[in-house]
Amino acid sequence: MSTVTPFLEMRNITKTFPGVRALDGVSLDLQKGEVHALVGENGAGKSTLMKILGGVYPHPQYGGEVFIEGSLQQFSGVRDAEKAGIAVIYQELSLVREMTVGENIFLGREPRKFGVIRWEDLYRRASELLADLHLSIDPHTLIRNLGIGQQQLVEIAKALSHDARILVLDEPTAALNDGEVETLFVILNKLRARGVGMIYISHKLNEVFRISDRITVLRDGKTVGTNATRAWTEPQIIARMVGREVGDIFPVIDHAQGETIFEVTNFSVTDPAVAGKKLVDNVNFSVRHGEVLGIAGLMGAGRSDLLMAIFGAHAGRVSGEIKLEGRRIDISSPADAIKQGIGFVTEDRKRFGLVLDQTILNNMTLAGLRRISGRFLTSVDAESAAGERSMKELRVKANSVFTIAGTLSGGNQQKVVLAKWLLTNPRVLFLDEPTRGIDVGAKQEIYAQINKLAKSGLAIVLVSSELPEVLGMSDRILVLHEGRITGEFSRAAATPEKVMACATGRAQQAA
Amino acid sequence: MLMNNAAATISEPEPLPDADETTPVTSIGKFKIPTEVLRAYTMVFALVAIWIYFHFSTDRIFLDPRNFSNLMRQTSVTGVLAVGMLMVIITAQIDLSVGSVVGLAGGIAAIAQGWYGYGLIPSLTAGVAVAIAIGALQGSLTAYLNIPAFIVTLGGLLAWRGVILGLSKGETIPLRLQSFKAIGQNYVDRRAGWILAGLAIAAVVWMMIARNRARRRHGLAVPSLGSTVFRIALPTAVILWFIYTMNTYEGVPIPVIILIAIALAGAFLTQNTTFGRYLYAIGGNPDAARLSGINIRKHILAVFCIMGALAGVASIIYTARVGSASPDAGQLLELDAIAACVIGGTSLMGGRGTVFGAILGALIMASLDNGMSLMRVEPYSQMIIKGAILVAAVGLDMAGRKRG
Repeated sequence: MSTVTPFLEMRNITKTFPGVRALDGVSLDLQKGEVHALVGENGAGKSTLMKILGGVYPHPQYGGEVFIEGSLQQFSGVRDAEKAGIAVIYQELSLVREMTVGENIFLGREPRKFGVIRWEDLYRRASELLADLHLSIDPHTLIRNLGIGQQQLVEIAKALSHDARILVLDEPTAALNDGEVETLFVILNKLRARGVGMIYISHKLNEVFRISDRITVLRDGKTVGTNATRAWTEPQIIARMVGREVGDIFPVIDHAQGETIFEVTNFSVTDPAVAGKKLVDNVNFSVRHGEVLGIAGLMGAGRSDLLMAIFGAHAGRVSGEIKLEGRRIDISSPADAIKQGIGFVTEDRKRFGLVLDQTILNNMTLAGLRRISGRFLTSVDAESAAGERSMKELRVKANSVFTIAGTLSGGNQQKVVLAKWLLTNPRVLFLDEPTRGIDVGAKQEIYAQINKLAKSGLAIVLVSSELPEVLGMSDRILVLHEGRITGEFSRAAATPEKVMACATGRAQQAA
Repeated sequence: MLMNNAAATISEPEPLPDADETTPVTSIGKFKIPTEVLRAYTMVFALVAIWIYFHFSTDRIFLDPRNFSNLMRQTSVTGVLAVGMLMVIITAQIDLSVGSVVGLAGGIAAIAQGWYGYGLIPSLTAGVAVAIAIGALQGSLTAYLNIPAFIVTLGGLLAWRGVILGLSKGETIPLRLQSFKAIGQNYVDRRAGWILAGLAIAAVVWMMIARNRARRRHGLAVPSLGSTVFRIALPTAVILWFIYTMNTYEGVPIPVIILIAIALAGAFLTQNTTFGRYLYAIGGNPDAARLSGINIRKHILAVFCIMGALAGVASIIYTARVGSASPDAGQLLELDAIAACVIGGTSLMGGRGTVFGAILGALIMASLDNGMSLMRVEPYSQMIIKGAILVAAVGLDMAGRKRG
């Protein structure tokens, strides 16, 4: 440890959300001109920590202290943090698409005289800033005419126009191509030479090793290691990221598997927003009756895109072949997929799963309504009977099937979504993050259901960001990295370290 | 999530939501009433209060059989449009063109019988067909070309008015066919009125019994005998009073019969069919609806076609009632229809609203028009008052919702 006061110090930071302790005594410091990488699994607490630094969670909402150059900071909002020289560039860019680059850079701080914006001044200063970063972007260009990569660089220019001394980059390369990553790194190195301290959050370990001076690993809201980058090895970091016992809540059952029922070959999906980018790149897989196939991967690896595209619900261009029981099928809409016997418990139940204003019953019967009720007329009797049976089977805790779905807890909402798809009588069931954000008791009930369904012969594809879940539930595991399959493991062969190595693109592993 | 602690927390059950949490409840003194029920009753009370106020402010003319019959007839055009508008708004769309479509379709029907000597049925068919075609066009542009319905139908508001001005050369076309006028001006025979009342009461009794049986089958609390009797007696009394009042004058006006038929059909379509269920799902959460296999575009197109058909029906009633088709007929009707839906508790965000509410809203709007005219309120004041009431009604509703 040096005796110099660190430029930035976050000491003993704690943050709780209802029912979850997101951060538990995390400490982090940053020197001038240093790039400090922050790594960890999804949900480890990285983003929460940066939101505290950026003033999104203002002072009394967290525990612990933040110091800049030795003086205590208590930000009451984002503006305060900006004034202190902190700029956070989030994954979701915060640029106004219909405004020009210059307008965006100076949004809310336009140079003005008697309240009138001095446009020449604004664009001159914007040009200077961009030139300073060696960016050949015309400040008069509309943001929507720029690629994601260039938008990211504009975001950095904007941060620097605030005289940011501390720059936080949250997954800055997630949407960049290789060339753009190089440009970004050149700029980061320049900023480093200028004495800007940077916190660099990324899943991509190769980039982390290239750019950072120090690496801190977070896991379950705690710091589990900080060291100079050259003192780390990738396997060490991966071990720290995942280092926890798998099992306990997963009843280990090897499902008796039958014939292959579902097969996907040469499957690719393009990004509708970025020309030429493939979200899923030539993926092949198959699932058997009674098998749980796990798909692991980090955020943005293309897991949900793969499922959405198979289900006929992806906006991008889709190519490849889908076979059900050896027969080639065409799916151009979710209705087709449902007709073929595919069910899809989508991620983000509030956005994609439920009509929150409506009753449990209406939600449960939505996808299979015609099967349950009849083609044209609804039947309260038939629906209630089906809904009540599902409610009992899945142990949904609510007063009746007429309870409004939006008033249920997350776990019960998830069970309603699961019931909705089981009522379509599927033969293949996709589960995308089926236990995200629900409590452990409800998780275990969902795991028990998954096992029961597999036992009854259903073919299940399980996507999850939680490694223990994938490892605990799956008979076989595929690992996706940047749209490609980088690993395939049997239940026996899979270890958290091996899977994480494939998920970060460090290793390739065939079954 | 801390997996290692799983064993420790597993036995902890999720809290069972209590009754107050599952059904939004509003407290009035010591009474707790489910908010949705309260909203429906509030509208009924508001309507009754408005009626009583006008009745006594107009020297008891307002609820006099003759005026009441008139009021009901006035409600019918807005009511028919409100049923269609309700379905459009449930899917989170809007149709601003219905006033102009009423003008155009009515004009076409009048031209068909007046200039080309068509009979009754061909003339009506021509008018309604044009209205449906317009609905199909606007629905296609909205659903398949992704042009916002607000813009498509704002364009329609201008364009269809232009078409009828052009076709009619600005002239008012009188109705030649007596049978056409009869649709808007005649009454159902008194005996037929009583037969309808009998059928309606039988339906109420049957529905109550069926509902209680269903509740018993699903293990839900069955209302007590007293409550059941009350739930049968109240609608029965209303039906009898309604038919009695109508028959005291000339009988039930034909437009009112048309409105009742369309309202019942609309209520059935929205509440008892897969189609209706899908409309609510599309408005409530389009992403969830799409992923549940619902063809959103097809349903939006269908809803605009239904709106077109109902605008056609409304145009016939309107033209028949007036006895002629003037090129500026139906102006601002779209706003009346939207206001009726909104006063009736429909959410412009989609996914929420009932035919019953929309009809109540139409009745409230028509009552305000009729009552204020009887009170000889200046037209400009009428507009100001109606505008203020619309905003206040929604304001109260939002305030109530926030509390709930």
